[in-house]
Amino acid sequence: MGLLSSSVSINRYYVEGKIEAPVLDTVKKGLVKHSFREKEDEPSNKNAGWTSFNNHFNPNFNGSSFVIDELFVFSLRLDKKSVSQKIIRKFVFIETAKRLEESGRGYLTANEKKEVKEQVTDALFLRMPAVPNVYDVVWNYEKSMLWFFSNNKSANEELEILFSASFNQSLIKIFPYSEADILLGLTDKERDRLSLLSPSKFAG
Amino acid sequence: MLDVSLTYYRYGFLGSEFLTWLWFYIVNTDHDKLFDNKNEILEIGNKIVLERKVNDAVEKVTIKGKGAGLEEGILSLKKGAVVKELNLLYRKEEKEWSFTLTGENLSLSNLKTPDIGFIKTKKDVEGFVVEKIFLYDSLYLLIDGLYKKFIKLRVSSGWINVVSEMNKWITS
Repeated sequence: MGLLSSSVSINRYYVEGKIEAPVLDTVKKGLVKHSFREKEDEPSNKNAGWTSFNNHFNPNFNGSSFVIDELFVFSLRLDKKSVSQKIIRKFVFIETAKRLEESGRGYLTANEKKEVKEQVTDALFLRMPAVPNVYDVVWNYEKSMLWFFSNNKSANEELEILFSASFNQSLIKIFPYSEADILLGLTDKERDRLSLLSPSKFAG
Repeated sequence: MLDVSLTYYRYGFLGSEFLTWLWFYIVNTDHDKLFDNKNEILEIGNKIVLERKVNDAVEKVTIKGKGAGLEEGILSLKKGAVVKELNLLYRKEEKEWSFTLTGENLSLSNLKTPDIGFIKTKKDVEGFVVEKIFLYDSLYLLIDGLYKKFIKLRVSSGWINVVSEMNKWITS
């Protein structure tokens, strides 16, 4: 879901620490090193990388193309392949029958069954085109704040992993406690009280 | 250093309490007192999701529709439910934002900002991004301000009075 869409979802992250100067070059290197690369000839069911905000299918981070109004704006592309279990079962059945006929035996060992399933699954994933998903990212470096335009759990997990690998910084998800602890500027006394809180009962 | 996995669950109740308090705060506070600017309005939108734990089971109630709310929701609150998701409408001068705030992680969904027109050429994109970001930022200013107000109350000795007032509202 894109930041320019008519309806969006946003998750916020706090970026812990500062990155190596010059910042623009370091960010660019991280984006280029982990930019999205097509891997249609591999059987893996998932492929992730950074891509350009304005060109999802041809990442280009030349110059300051990922900078808009002092913000870093780019996208996470997460391609996924999926094959229905029913299709896998069908081809496992066909391949099993073929092997039994070739071997003249009446059964396959547990290892052979496992091997058949793996081979069939790999072959099917190789033939299956991946479905591209693109999620926009806005990183306000000065405020150490990052907006990710999706609430999808696996996309958020992929963002956290890829961000850490690209920029050597951790993302701390903003949720009720972390917002109170990090963003609200509470006094030490208030933060102590916060850590001692337990649920209130309003009625019932 | 913040232990995210521990605090996410240990203090998960803060998000639900915030949304429950926010509902109470919106319907029991004069618009004039909610904002300094008289042209700002915050209203309950078209969806409220409540949750109540009954022994080991979780009972979820979703109320949809204009003026969501209000009776069925209060009934759930009376039984001890808390708000998990709240759809809100925010108006400032001529602009209107509608969005759903989730208590668990304070994430936004179904967020619609004021209309900024259509992109006609590639050159327009950058300007549109800047404007959209400004509109998202304006909303976060509101949410963070309200959450700060709640947390300041929540850690103060005055919270017990707030709970009492909320109890009166729910049971009245």
